[in-house]
Amino acid sequence: MKKNTNKNYFEVLRPGINSTFQDYGRNNFYHIGIPFSGAMDNRNFLLANTISNNEINNPVLEFAYQGPKLKYIGENISINVTGDVNFKIIRKNKNLEFSCYENIILENNDCLDILSTNRSVYGYLSIGGKFEVDYYLNSCSTNTKAKIGANNGEKLEKGQIIHLKNIKKILPKNKIEYLNSKIENIRIIKGPHFDHFSKDAIDSFFSDEFNVTKLSDRMGIRLKGPKISNIKNTNIKSEGLVKGVIQITADGDPIIMLSDHGTIGGYPKIGVVISADYDKLVQIPPGSKIKFKEINLKDAETIFKLYQMETQTLISHIK
Amino acid sequence: MIKNISNLGDAALYCDFGTEVNKEINRNVINYFNNLRDSNFLGITNITPSYNKLVISFDLKLTSFAKLKKQVENLELKKNNNSKNNLIKIPVCCVEEFALDIKRLQKLLKINEAKIYETFFSKNYYCYMTGFIAGMPFLGDMDKSLFAKRLETPRVKVPKNSIGITEQFCNIYTFESPGGWNIIGKTPVDIFDNKKNNEPNLINPGDTISFYPISKLEYEKKYE
Repeated sequence: MKKNTNKNYFEVLRPGINSTFQDYGRNNFYHIGIPFSGAMDNRNFLLANTISNNEINNPVLEFAYQGPKLKYIGENISINVTGDVNFKIIRKNKNLEFSCYENIILENNDCLDILSTNRSVYGYLSIGGKFEVDYYLNSCSTNTKAKIGANNGEKLEKGQIIHLKNIKKILPKNKIEYLNSKIENIRIIKGPHFDHFSKDAIDSFFSDEFNVTKLSDRMGIRLKGPKISNIKNTNIKSEGLVKGVIQITADGDPIIMLSDHGTIGGYPKIGVVISADYDKLVQIPPGSKIKFKEINLKDAETIFKLYQMETQTLISHIK
Repeated sequence: MIKNISNLGDAALYCDFGTEVNKEINRNVINYFNNLRDSNFLGITNITPSYNKLVISFDLKLTSFAKLKKQVENLELKKNNNSKNNLIKIPVCCVEEFALDIKRLQKLLKINEAKIYETFFSKNYYCYMTGFIAGMPFLGDMDKSLFAKRLETPRVKVPKNSIGITEQFCNIYTFESPGGWNIIGKTPVDIFDNKKNNEPNLINPGDTISFYPISKLEYEKKYE
Protein backbone atom coordinates (compact mmCIF):
# COMPACT_ATOMS: atom_id res chain seq x y z
CA MET A 1 0.00 0.00 0.00
CA LYS A 2 3.01 2.29 -0.34
CA LYS A 3 2.37 5.49 -2.18
CA ASN A 4 4.21 6.28 -5.39
CA THR A 5 7.79 5.22 -4.81
CA ASN A 6 8.17 3.71 -8.26
CA LYS A 7 7.98 5.61 -11.49
CA ASN A 8 5.37 3.41 -13.11
CA TYR A 9 2.28 2.22 -11.33
CA PHE A 10 -1.45 1.61 -11.41
CA GLU A 11 -3.72 3.03 -8.76
CA VAL A 12 -6.77 0.86 -8.14
CA LEU A 13 -9.84 3.11 -8.41
CA ARG A 14 -12.21 0.13 -8.37
CA PRO A 15 -10.96 -3.38 -7.61
CA GLY A 16 -13.64 -5.34 -9.52
CA ILE A 17 -15.35 -8.45 -8.23
CA ASN A 18 -12.51 -10.95 -8.08
CA SER A 19 -9.26 -9.52 -9.41
CA THR A 20 -6.13 -11.48 -8.58
CA PHE A 21 -2.61 -11.87 -9.92
CA GLN A 22 -2.03 -15.27 -11.50
CA ASP A 23 0.59 -17.13 -13.44
CA TYR A 24 0.60 -20.71 -14.73
CA GLY A 25 0.11 -22.11 -11.24
CA ARG A 26 1.86 -23.83 -8.36
CA ASN A 27 3.11 -27.40 -8.91
CA ASN A 28 3.79 -30.09 -6.37
CA PHE A 29 2.04 -28.95 -3.18
CA TYR A 30 -1.27 -30.85 -3.29
CA HIS A 31 0.10 -33.18 -0.61
CA ILE A 32 0.15 -30.33 1.91
CA GLY A 33 -3.21 -28.96 0.87
CA ILE A 34 -2.14 -26.25 -1.56
CA PRO A 35 -4.08 -26.33 -4.83
CA PHE A 36 -2.64 -25.64 -8.25
CA SER A 37 -4.33 -22.22 -8.65
CA GLY A 38 -3.03 -20.23 -11.62
CA ALA A 39 -4.94 -18.55 -14.42
CA MET A 40 -8.31 -20.26 -14.84
CA ASP A 41 -8.37 -19.98 -18.64
CA ASN A 42 -4.95 -21.20 -19.66
CA ARG A 43 -5.23 -20.34 -23.34
CA ASN A 44 -6.23 -16.73 -22.74
CA PHE A 45 -3.41 -16.46 -20.17
CA LEU A 46 -0.87 -17.71 -22.76
CA LEU A 47 -2.20 -15.39 -25.44
CA ALA A 48 -2.02 -12.38 -23.10
CA ASN A 49 1.65 -12.98 -22.38
CA THR A 50 2.46 -13.83 -26.00
CA ILE A 51 0.91 -10.62 -27.32
CA SER A 52 2.95 -8.72 -24.70
CA ASN A 53 6.07 -10.55 -25.84
CA ASN A 54 6.59 -11.76 -22.27
CA GLU A 55 7.89 -15.04 -20.95
CA ILE A 56 4.93 -17.38 -20.97
CA ASN A 57 4.77 -17.62 -17.17
CA ASN A 58 4.76 -13.86 -16.55
CA PRO A 59 2.15 -12.71 -13.98
CA VAL A 60 -1.13 -11.37 -15.36
CA LEU A 61 -4.06 -9.71 -13.67
CA GLU A 62 -7.10 -11.97 -13.83
CA PHE A 63 -10.56 -10.54 -13.30
CA ALA A 64 -14.06 -12.02 -13.22
CA TYR A 65 -17.35 -10.49 -14.42
CA GLN A 66 -16.60 -6.86 -13.58
CA GLY A 67 -12.92 -6.01 -13.84
CA PRO A 68 -10.90 -3.27 -12.16
CA LYS A 69 -10.68 0.42 -12.98
CA LEU A 70 -7.03 1.40 -12.95
CA LYS A 71 -5.34 4.77 -13.23
CA TYR A 72 -1.94 4.61 -14.86
CA ILE A 73 0.97 6.84 -13.91
CA GLY A 74 4.26 6.51 -15.78
CA GLU A 75 5.98 6.31 -19.13
CA ASN A 76 4.08 4.90 -22.12
CA ILE A 77 3.48 1.18 -21.77
CA SER A 78 1.98 -1.54 -23.98
CA ILE A 79 -0.91 -3.50 -22.55
CA ASN A 80 -3.45 -6.00 -23.82
CA VAL A 81 -6.65 -7.57 -22.62
CA THR A 82 -7.68 -11.14 -23.48
CA GLY A 83 -10.96 -12.95 -23.12
CA ASP A 84 -14.34 -11.68 -24.19
CA VAL A 85 -14.08 -8.35 -22.43
CA ASN A 86 -15.71 -4.95 -22.71
CA PHE A 87 -13.25 -2.23 -21.68
CA LYS A 88 -12.30 1.34 -22.47
CA ILE A 89 -9.53 3.80 -21.88
CA ILE A 90 -10.38 7.23 -20.55
CA ARG A 91 -7.84 9.73 -21.87
CA LYS A 92 -8.30 13.42 -21.10
CA ASN A 93 -12.04 12.95 -20.54
CA LYS A 94 -12.46 11.06 -23.78
CA ASN A 95 -13.61 7.45 -23.94
CA LEU A 96 -11.49 5.38 -26.30
CA GLU A 97 -12.67 1.93 -27.43
CA PHE A 98 -10.30 -0.94 -28.21
CA SER A 99 -10.56 -4.64 -28.91
CA CYS A 100 -9.18 -7.60 -27.05
CA TYR A 101 -6.05 -9.38 -28.29
CA GLU A 102 -4.19 -6.29 -29.48
CA ASN A 103 -1.41 -4.22 -28.02
CA ILE A 104 -2.57 -0.83 -26.83
CA ILE A 105 -0.40 2.03 -25.65
CA LEU A 106 -1.31 3.36 -22.24
CA GLU A 107 -0.16 6.91 -21.47
CA ASN A 108 0.45 8.82 -18.26
CA ASN A 109 -2.83 9.65 -16.47
CA ASP A 110 -4.88 7.25 -18.62
CA CYS A 111 -7.62 5.37 -16.90
CA LEU A 112 -8.22 1.75 -17.92
CA ASP A 113 -11.78 0.76 -17.13
CA ILE A 114 -12.49 -2.97 -17.52
CA LEU A 115 -16.26 -2.93 -17.49
CA SER A 116 -17.31 -6.53 -17.90
CA THR A 117 -16.69 -9.95 -19.36
CA ASN A 118 -19.35 -10.64 -21.97
CA ARG A 119 -21.33 -13.85 -21.39
CA SER A 120 -18.15 -15.33 -19.93
CA VAL A 121 -16.38 -15.19 -16.60
CA TYR A 122 -12.63 -14.49 -16.75
CA GLY A 123 -10.45 -12.02 -18.59
CA TYR A 124 -6.77 -11.09 -18.39
CA LEU A 125 -4.70 -7.93 -18.38
CA SER A 126 -1.09 -8.27 -19.43
CA ILE A 127 1.54 -5.52 -19.67
CA GLY A 128 4.74 -5.17 -21.65
CA GLY A 129 6.78 -5.49 -18.49
CA LYS A 130 6.12 -7.04 -15.13
CA PHE A 131 3.74 -6.45 -12.25
CA GLU A 132 5.87 -6.22 -9.15
CA VAL A 133 4.43 -9.12 -7.16
CA ASP A 134 5.59 -11.51 -4.46
CA TYR A 135 6.31 -15.13 -5.24
CA TYR A 136 5.51 -18.00 -2.94
CA LEU A 137 6.50 -21.63 -3.56
CA ASN A 138 7.68 -20.78 -7.08
CA SER A 139 4.52 -19.02 -8.19
CA CYS A 140 2.88 -15.63 -7.79
CA SER A 141 -0.61 -17.10 -8.14
CA THR A 142 -2.89 -15.67 -5.50
CA ASN A 143 -4.75 -18.16 -3.35
CA THR A 144 -7.13 -16.18 -1.16
CA LYS A 145 -7.99 -19.19 1.01
CA ALA A 146 -4.42 -19.98 2.11
CA LYS A 147 -3.50 -16.31 1.83
CA ILE A 148 -0.45 -16.98 -0.29
CA GLY A 149 1.02 -15.57 -3.47
CA ALA A 150 0.92 -12.05 -4.87
CA ASN A 151 -0.71 -9.19 -2.98
CA ASN A 152 -0.37 -11.07 0.35
CA GLY A 153 -2.82 -13.64 -0.94
CA GLU A 154 -5.63 -11.12 -1.30
CA LYS A 155 -7.85 -9.81 -4.09
CA LEU A 156 -7.17 -6.29 -5.34
CA GLU A 157 -8.41 -3.60 -3.01
CA LYS A 158 -9.61 -0.10 -3.68
CA GLY A 159 -6.88 2.51 -3.38
CA GLN A 160 -3.93 0.18 -3.55
CA ILE A 161 -0.93 0.81 -5.78
CA ILE A 162 0.37 -1.83 -8.22
CA HIS A 163 4.01 -1.18 -9.02
CA LEU A 164 5.40 -2.11 -12.40
CA LYS A 165 8.93 -2.94 -13.43
CA ASN A 166 10.99 -3.95 -16.47
CA ILE A 167 8.85 -1.78 -18.73
CA LYS A 168 9.57 -2.70 -22.33
CA LYS A 169 9.92 -0.45 -25.32
CA ILE A 170 6.56 0.07 -26.97
CA LEU A 171 5.66 -3.16 -28.71
CA PRO A 172 4.58 -3.47 -32.34
CA LYS A 173 0.85 -3.61 -32.81
CA ASN A 174 0.56 -7.36 -32.23
CA LYS A 175 -2.94 -8.52 -32.82
CA ILE A 176 -4.96 -11.65 -33.44
CA GLU A 177 -8.51 -12.22 -34.46
CA TYR A 178 -9.85 -14.73 -32.01
CA LEU A 179 -13.33 -15.44 -30.88
CA ASN A 180 -13.77 -17.32 -27.62
CA SER A 181 -16.20 -19.98 -28.75
CA LYS A 182 -18.83 -21.06 -26.28
CA ILE A 183 -19.42 -24.62 -25.26
CA GLU A 184 -22.53 -26.41 -24.11
CA ASN A 185 -21.48 -30.03 -24.12
CA ILE A 186 -18.77 -30.67 -21.58
CA ARG A 187 -16.90 -33.83 -22.38
CA ILE A 188 -15.99 -36.03 -19.45
CA ILE A 189 -14.29 -39.32 -18.68
CA LYS A 190 -15.93 -41.75 -16.23
CA GLY A 191 -14.71 -41.34 -12.66
CA PRO A 192 -13.71 -44.05 -10.15
CA HIS A 193 -17.12 -44.04 -8.42
CA PHE A 194 -19.31 -44.32 -11.49
CA ASP A 195 -20.85 -47.48 -10.03
CA HIS A 196 -22.11 -45.57 -6.96
CA PHE A 197 -24.99 -44.30 -9.06
CA SER A 198 -28.07 -46.03 -10.41
CA LYS A 199 -28.57 -46.58 -14.12
CA ASP A 200 -31.40 -44.03 -14.09
CA ALA A 201 -29.16 -41.49 -12.36
CA ILE A 202 -26.40 -42.03 -14.94
CA ASP A 203 -28.92 -41.74 -17.77
CA SER A 204 -30.23 -38.43 -16.54
CA PHE A 205 -26.69 -37.20 -15.79
CA PHE A 206 -25.89 -37.51 -19.51
CA SER A 207 -29.24 -36.62 -21.02
CA ASP A 208 -30.52 -33.76 -18.86
CA GLU A 209 -29.32 -30.17 -18.60
CA PHE A 210 -27.71 -28.67 -15.50
CA ASN A 211 -27.85 -25.05 -14.40
CA VAL A 212 -24.65 -23.29 -13.42
CA THR A 213 -25.50 -21.66 -10.09
CA LYS A 214 -24.22 -18.46 -8.53
CA LEU A 215 -22.30 -20.53 -5.99
CA SER A 216 -19.46 -20.85 -8.45
CA ASP A 217 -15.99 -19.36 -8.10
CA ARG A 218 -12.31 -20.22 -8.57
CA MET A 219 -12.78 -23.24 -6.28
CA GLY A 220 -15.63 -24.87 -8.11
CA ILE A 221 -18.84 -24.76 -10.12
CA ARG A 222 -21.97 -25.89 -8.33
CA LEU A 223 -24.69 -27.27 -10.56
CA LYS A 224 -28.42 -27.77 -10.08
CA GLY A 225 -30.44 -30.18 -12.11
CA PRO A 226 -31.86 -33.65 -11.70
CA LYS A 227 -30.72 -35.21 -8.41
CA ILE A 228 -28.10 -37.87 -9.06
CA SER A 229 -29.09 -40.53 -6.58
CA ASN A 230 -26.47 -42.69 -5.00
CA ILE A 231 -27.12 -46.41 -4.54
CA LYS A 232 -23.97 -47.20 -2.53
CA ASN A 233 -22.69 -44.53 -0.20
CA THR A 234 -22.84 -40.74 -0.40
CA ASN A 235 -19.48 -40.50 1.34
CA ILE A 236 -16.16 -42.13 0.56
CA LYS A 237 -12.91 -42.04 2.50
CA SER A 238 -11.39 -38.69 1.59
CA GLU A 239 -8.96 -38.88 -1.30
CA GLY A 240 -7.08 -36.71 -3.78
CA LEU A 241 -8.88 -34.44 -6.21
CA VAL A 242 -7.77 -32.84 -9.46
CA LYS A 243 -8.98 -29.94 -11.58
CA GLY A 244 -12.15 -30.89 -13.42
CA VAL A 245 -13.28 -33.68 -11.07
CA ILE A 246 -17.07 -33.84 -10.74
CA GLN A 247 -18.14 -34.84 -7.25
CA ILE A 248 -21.75 -35.65 -6.37
CA THR A 249 -22.68 -34.29 -2.94
CA ALA A 250 -24.89 -36.11 -0.45
CA ASP A 251 -27.78 -33.96 -1.76
CA GLY A 252 -27.26 -35.39 -5.26
CA ASP A 253 -25.90 -32.19 -6.82
CA PRO A 254 -22.74 -32.13 -8.94
CA ILE A 255 -19.80 -29.89 -8.04
CA ILE A 256 -16.98 -29.46 -10.56
CA MET A 257 -13.64 -28.75 -8.90
CA LEU A 258 -11.72 -25.82 -10.39
CA SER A 259 -8.20 -24.41 -10.01
CA ASP A 260 -8.43 -23.37 -6.31
CA HIS A 261 -10.18 -26.59 -5.19
CA GLY A 262 -9.60 -28.28 -1.83
CA THR A 263 -6.93 -30.92 -2.43
CA ILE A 264 -8.86 -33.84 -0.94
CA GLY A 265 -12.55 -34.58 -0.81
CA GLY A 266 -14.96 -37.18 0.45
CA TYR A 267 -17.73 -37.22 -2.15
CA PRO A 268 -17.92 -39.85 -4.89
CA LYS A 269 -16.47 -38.79 -8.24
CA ILE A 270 -18.77 -39.51 -11.16
CA GLY A 271 -16.39 -38.16 -13.79
CA VAL A 272 -13.61 -35.78 -14.78
CA VAL A 273 -13.81 -33.02 -17.39
CA ILE A 274 -11.27 -33.58 -20.18
CA SER A 275 -8.27 -31.24 -20.20
CA ALA A 276 -9.15 -29.81 -23.62
CA ASP A 277 -12.54 -28.54 -22.39
CA TYR A 278 -11.29 -26.97 -19.14
CA ASP A 279 -10.69 -23.43 -20.50
CA LYS A 280 -14.18 -23.32 -21.93
CA LEU A 281 -15.74 -24.83 -18.83
CA VAL A 282 -14.41 -22.12 -16.51
CA GLN A 283 -15.82 -19.43 -18.78
CA ILE A 284 -19.43 -20.62 -18.43
CA PRO A 285 -21.23 -17.99 -16.35
CA PRO A 286 -23.89 -18.64 -13.71
CA GLY A 287 -27.35 -18.90 -15.20
CA SER A 288 -26.11 -20.98 -18.17
CA LYS A 289 -27.12 -24.53 -18.89
CA ILE A 290 -24.64 -27.31 -19.59
CA LYS A 291 -24.78 -30.95 -20.61
CA PHE A 292 -22.25 -33.71 -20.10
CA LYS A 293 -21.05 -36.12 -22.74
CA GLU A 294 -18.97 -39.21 -22.01
CA ILE A 295 -15.88 -39.98 -24.07
CA ASN A 296 -13.00 -42.41 -23.60
CA LEU A 297 -9.41 -41.69 -22.58
CA LYS A 298 -7.96 -42.24 -26.05
CA ASP A 299 -10.33 -39.71 -27.63
CA ALA A 300 -9.65 -37.23 -24.82
CA GLU A 301 -5.91 -37.48 -25.52
CA THR A 302 -6.46 -36.93 -29.24
CA ILE A 303 -8.72 -33.93 -28.57
CA PHE A 304 -6.07 -32.49 -26.25
CA LYS A 305 -3.47 -32.71 -29.05
CA LEU A 306 -5.85 -30.79 -31.31
CA TYR A 307 -6.41 -28.21 -28.58
CA GLN A 308 -2.64 -27.79 -28.26
CA MET A 309 -2.22 -27.41 -32.02
CA GLU A 310 -4.99 -24.83 -32.11
CA THR A 311 -3.26 -22.85 -29.33
CA GLN A 312 0.07 -23.00 -31.19
CA THR A 313 -1.60 -21.84 -34.41
CA LEU A 314 -3.09 -18.85 -32.57
CA ILE A 315 0.28 -18.00 -31.05
CA SER A 316 1.97 -18.22 -34.45
CA HIS A 317 -0.59 -15.76 -35.86
CA ILE A 318 0.37 -13.09 -33.38
CA LYS A 319 2.36 -10.26 -35.00
CA MET B 1 1.09 -53.22 -3.14
CA ILE B 2 -0.95 -51.03 -5.48
CA LYS B 3 -4.06 -53.07 -6.17
CA ASN B 4 -5.08 -51.20 -9.25
CA ILE B 5 -4.08 -48.15 -11.27
CA SER B 6 -6.80 -46.44 -13.28
CA ASN B 7 -7.09 -43.05 -14.93
CA LEU B 8 -8.69 -40.10 -13.14
CA GLY B 9 -9.62 -38.07 -16.18
CA ASP B 10 -6.95 -37.72 -18.87
CA ALA B 11 -4.24 -36.14 -16.69
CA ALA B 12 -4.05 -38.18 -13.48
CA LEU B 13 -3.40 -41.69 -12.19
CA TYR B 14 -5.64 -43.10 -9.49
CA CYS B 15 -3.72 -45.69 -7.48
CA ASP B 16 -5.91 -47.86 -5.30
CA PHE B 17 -4.28 -49.47 -2.24
CA GLY B 18 -7.47 -50.88 -0.72
CA THR B 19 -10.65 -49.80 0.96
CA GLU B 20 -9.80 -49.94 4.66
CA VAL B 21 -8.26 -47.16 6.71
CA ASN B 22 -5.28 -48.47 8.62
CA LYS B 23 -1.66 -47.55 9.13
CA GLU B 24 -0.31 -50.48 7.20
CA ILE B 25 -2.10 -49.52 4.01
CA ASN B 26 -1.36 -45.83 4.55
CA ARG B 27 2.37 -46.51 5.12
CA ASN B 28 2.38 -48.19 1.71
CA VAL B 29 0.75 -45.15 0.17
CA ILE B 30 3.27 -42.83 1.79
CA ASN B 31 6.20 -45.05 0.85
CA TYR B 32 5.11 -44.77 -2.79
CA PHE B 33 4.61 -41.04 -2.33
CA ASN B 34 8.17 -40.57 -0.98
CA ASN B 35 9.69 -42.77 -3.67
CA LEU B 36 7.78 -40.97 -6.42
CA ARG B 37 8.90 -37.59 -5.06
CA ASP B 38 12.49 -38.80 -5.55
CA SER B 39 11.84 -40.38 -8.95
CA ASN B 40 11.64 -37.27 -11.13
CA PHE B 41 9.40 -38.97 -13.68
CA LEU B 42 8.74 -36.52 -16.46
CA GLY B 43 5.52 -34.55 -16.30
CA ILE B 44 4.34 -35.21 -12.73
CA THR B 45 2.73 -32.03 -11.37
CA ASN B 46 1.30 -33.28 -8.06
CA ILE B 47 1.18 -36.40 -5.91
CA THR B 48 -1.62 -36.60 -3.36
CA PRO B 49 -1.53 -39.35 -0.75
CA SER B 50 -4.68 -40.06 1.27
CA TYR B 51 -5.80 -42.90 3.56
CA ASN B 52 -5.67 -45.62 0.95
CA LYS B 53 -5.31 -43.92 -2.44
CA LEU B 54 -2.58 -42.04 -4.24
CA VAL B 55 -3.49 -39.60 -6.99
CA ILE B 56 -0.70 -38.60 -9.37
CA SER B 57 -1.49 -35.61 -11.57
CA PHE B 58 0.57 -34.94 -14.66
CA ASP B 59 0.99 -32.47 -17.49
CA LEU B 60 -0.64 -33.97 -20.55
CA LYS B 61 1.74 -31.98 -22.75
CA LEU B 62 4.69 -33.92 -21.31
CA THR B 63 3.48 -37.45 -20.65
CA SER B 64 0.40 -39.66 -20.80
CA PHE B 65 -1.55 -42.06 -18.63
CA ALA B 66 -0.10 -45.14 -20.34
CA LYS B 67 3.51 -43.94 -20.09
CA LEU B 68 3.34 -42.87 -16.47
CA LYS B 69 1.37 -45.94 -15.43
CA LYS B 70 4.16 -48.14 -16.76
CA GLN B 71 6.76 -46.09 -14.89
CA VAL B 72 4.84 -46.32 -11.62
CA GLU B 73 4.33 -50.05 -12.05
CA ASN B 74 8.05 -50.54 -12.61
CA LEU B 75 9.12 -48.19 -9.83
CA GLU B 76 11.70 -49.87 -7.62
CA LEU B 77 10.75 -49.02 -4.06
CA LYS B 78 13.52 -48.19 -1.67
CA LYS B 79 12.55 -49.99 1.50
CA ASN B 80 11.76 -48.06 4.64
CA ASN B 81 11.91 -44.71 2.99
CA ASN B 82 10.71 -43.21 6.22
CA SER B 83 13.67 -40.99 7.02
CA LYS B 84 11.49 -37.99 6.32
CA ASN B 85 8.92 -38.97 8.94
CA ASN B 86 9.39 -37.16 12.23
CA LEU B 87 7.96 -37.10 15.73
CA ILE B 88 6.41 -33.69 16.41
CA LYS B 89 5.11 -32.44 19.76
CA ILE B 90 2.18 -30.06 19.71
CA PRO B 91 1.15 -28.05 22.81
CA VAL B 92 -2.60 -27.70 23.40
CA CYS B 93 -4.42 -25.28 25.67
CA CYS B 94 -7.74 -26.73 26.83
CA VAL B 95 -9.38 -23.85 28.71
CA GLU B 96 -13.12 -23.54 28.22
CA GLU B 97 -12.97 -20.71 25.69
CA PHE B 98 -10.90 -22.91 23.35
CA ALA B 99 -12.54 -26.27 24.07
CA LEU B 100 -15.78 -25.41 22.30
CA ASP B 101 -17.26 -28.91 22.36
CA ILE B 102 -15.92 -30.45 25.55
CA LYS B 103 -19.28 -30.19 27.33
CA ARG B 104 -21.02 -31.85 24.40
CA LEU B 105 -18.41 -34.62 24.37
CA GLN B 106 -18.81 -35.33 28.09
CA LYS B 107 -22.49 -35.98 27.52
CA LEU B 108 -22.04 -37.83 24.26
CA LEU B 109 -19.24 -40.11 25.46
CA LYS B 110 -20.39 -40.30 29.09
CA ILE B 111 -16.82 -39.64 30.28
CA ASN B 112 -15.74 -36.69 32.39
CA GLU B 113 -13.55 -33.93 31.03
CA ALA B 114 -10.41 -34.95 32.92
CA LYS B 115 -10.61 -38.51 31.59
CA ILE B 116 -11.22 -37.31 28.02
CA TYR B 117 -8.03 -35.26 28.13
CA GLU B 118 -6.03 -37.92 29.92
CA THR B 119 -6.97 -40.42 27.22
CA PHE B 120 -6.35 -37.95 24.41
CA PHE B 121 -2.89 -36.91 25.63
CA SER B 122 -1.77 -40.47 26.37
CA LYS B 123 -1.52 -41.54 22.72
CA ASN B 124 0.70 -40.77 19.75
CA TYR B 125 -1.07 -40.04 16.50
CA TYR B 126 -0.07 -40.88 12.98
CA CYS B 127 -0.51 -38.42 10.12
CA TYR B 128 -2.44 -40.20 7.36
CA MET B 129 -2.60 -37.18 5.09
CA THR B 130 -2.61 -33.41 4.97
CA GLY B 131 -4.86 -31.23 2.94
CA PHE B 132 -8.39 -30.13 2.24
CA ILE B 133 -7.24 -26.72 3.46
CA ALA B 134 -3.55 -25.87 3.35
CA GLY B 135 -1.55 -27.89 5.87
CA MET B 136 -4.47 -29.50 7.73
CA PRO B 137 -3.27 -32.85 9.13
CA PHE B 138 -5.59 -35.85 9.44
CA LEU B 139 -4.32 -37.81 12.44
CA GLY B 140 -5.23 -41.16 13.97
CA ASP B 141 -6.12 -43.32 15.63
CA MET B 142 -8.13 -42.07 18.57
CA ASP B 143 -8.78 -44.32 21.53
CA LYS B 144 -12.13 -46.08 20.93
CA SER B 145 -13.62 -44.48 24.05
CA LEU B 146 -13.33 -41.07 22.36
CA PHE B 147 -15.03 -41.94 19.07
CA ALA B 148 -17.57 -39.16 18.55
CA LYS B 149 -19.75 -38.11 15.65
CA ARG B 150 -19.36 -34.80 13.87
CA LEU B 151 -21.55 -31.88 14.88
CA GLU B 152 -24.93 -32.21 13.23
CA THR B 153 -24.65 -28.67 11.92
CA PRO B 154 -21.09 -27.73 11.09
CA ARG B 155 -19.73 -24.46 12.48
CA VAL B 156 -19.50 -21.68 9.94
CA LYS B 157 -16.19 -20.64 11.47
CA VAL B 158 -13.87 -22.89 13.42
CA PRO B 159 -11.11 -20.72 14.91
CA LYS B 160 -7.64 -21.15 13.44
CA ASN B 161 -5.38 -23.62 15.35
CA SER B 162 -8.31 -25.47 16.94
CA ILE B 163 -7.86 -29.18 17.66
CA GLY B 164 -10.84 -31.24 16.51
CA ILE B 165 -11.82 -34.88 16.94
CA THR B 166 -14.28 -37.08 15.09
CA GLU B 167 -14.61 -40.87 14.88
CA GLN B 168 -11.12 -42.40 14.78
CA PHE B 169 -9.40 -39.15 13.76
CA CYS B 170 -8.23 -35.81 15.08
CA ASN B 171 -7.09 -32.77 13.14
CA ILE B 172 -5.80 -29.24 13.48
CA TYR B 173 -7.58 -26.37 11.71
CA THR B 174 -4.70 -24.54 10.06
CA PHE B 175 -6.96 -21.67 8.99
CA GLU B 176 -10.27 -20.34 10.18
CA SER B 177 -12.62 -22.53 8.22
CA PRO B 178 -16.08 -24.05 8.27
CA GLY B 179 -16.04 -27.44 9.98
CA GLY B 180 -17.95 -30.02 11.96
CA TRP B 181 -15.32 -31.66 14.15
CA ASN B 182 -15.58 -31.58 17.97
CA ILE B 183 -13.22 -28.88 19.19
CA ILE B 184 -11.30 -29.76 22.37
CA GLY B 185 -8.55 -27.12 22.51
CA LYS B 186 -6.22 -24.83 20.64
CA THR B 187 -2.51 -24.76 19.92
CA PRO B 188 -0.36 -21.63 19.81
CA VAL B 189 1.82 -23.26 17.13
CA ASP B 190 1.17 -22.35 13.52
CA ILE B 191 0.91 -25.67 11.70
CA PHE B 192 0.92 -23.87 8.37
CA ASP B 193 3.15 -20.82 8.22
CA ASN B 194 2.73 -18.93 4.98
CA LYS B 195 5.76 -16.82 5.83
CA LYS B 196 8.04 -19.84 5.55
CA ASN B 197 9.34 -20.26 2.08
CA ASN B 198 10.31 -23.89 1.72
CA GLU B 199 8.39 -26.01 4.17
CA PRO B 200 5.33 -24.02 5.20
CA ASN B 201 3.71 -27.05 6.81
CA LEU B 202 4.93 -28.43 10.12
CA ILE B 203 3.31 -31.84 9.72
CA ASN B 204 3.73 -34.14 6.71
CA PRO B 205 2.01 -37.40 5.81
CA GLY B 206 3.70 -40.23 7.73
CA ASP B 207 4.79 -38.09 10.68
CA THR B 208 3.94 -39.00 14.28
CA ILE B 209 2.32 -36.41 16.50
CA SER B 210 2.02 -36.22 20.27
CA PHE B 211 -0.03 -33.59 22.02
CA TYR B 212 0.70 -32.17 25.48
CA PRO B 213 -1.37 -29.81 27.66
CA ILE B 214 -0.32 -26.24 28.44
CA SER B 215 -1.88 -23.55 30.61
CA LYS B 216 -3.45 -20.35 29.33
CA LEU B 217 -0.37 -18.48 30.52
CA GLU B 218 1.98 -20.73 28.56
CA TYR B 219 -0.32 -20.42 25.57
CA GLU B 220 -0.12 -16.64 25.67
CA LYS B 221 3.65 -16.71 26.15
CA LYS B 222 4.08 -18.90 23.08
CA TYR B 223 2.04 -16.47 21.09
CA GLU B 224 4.23 -13.50 21.89
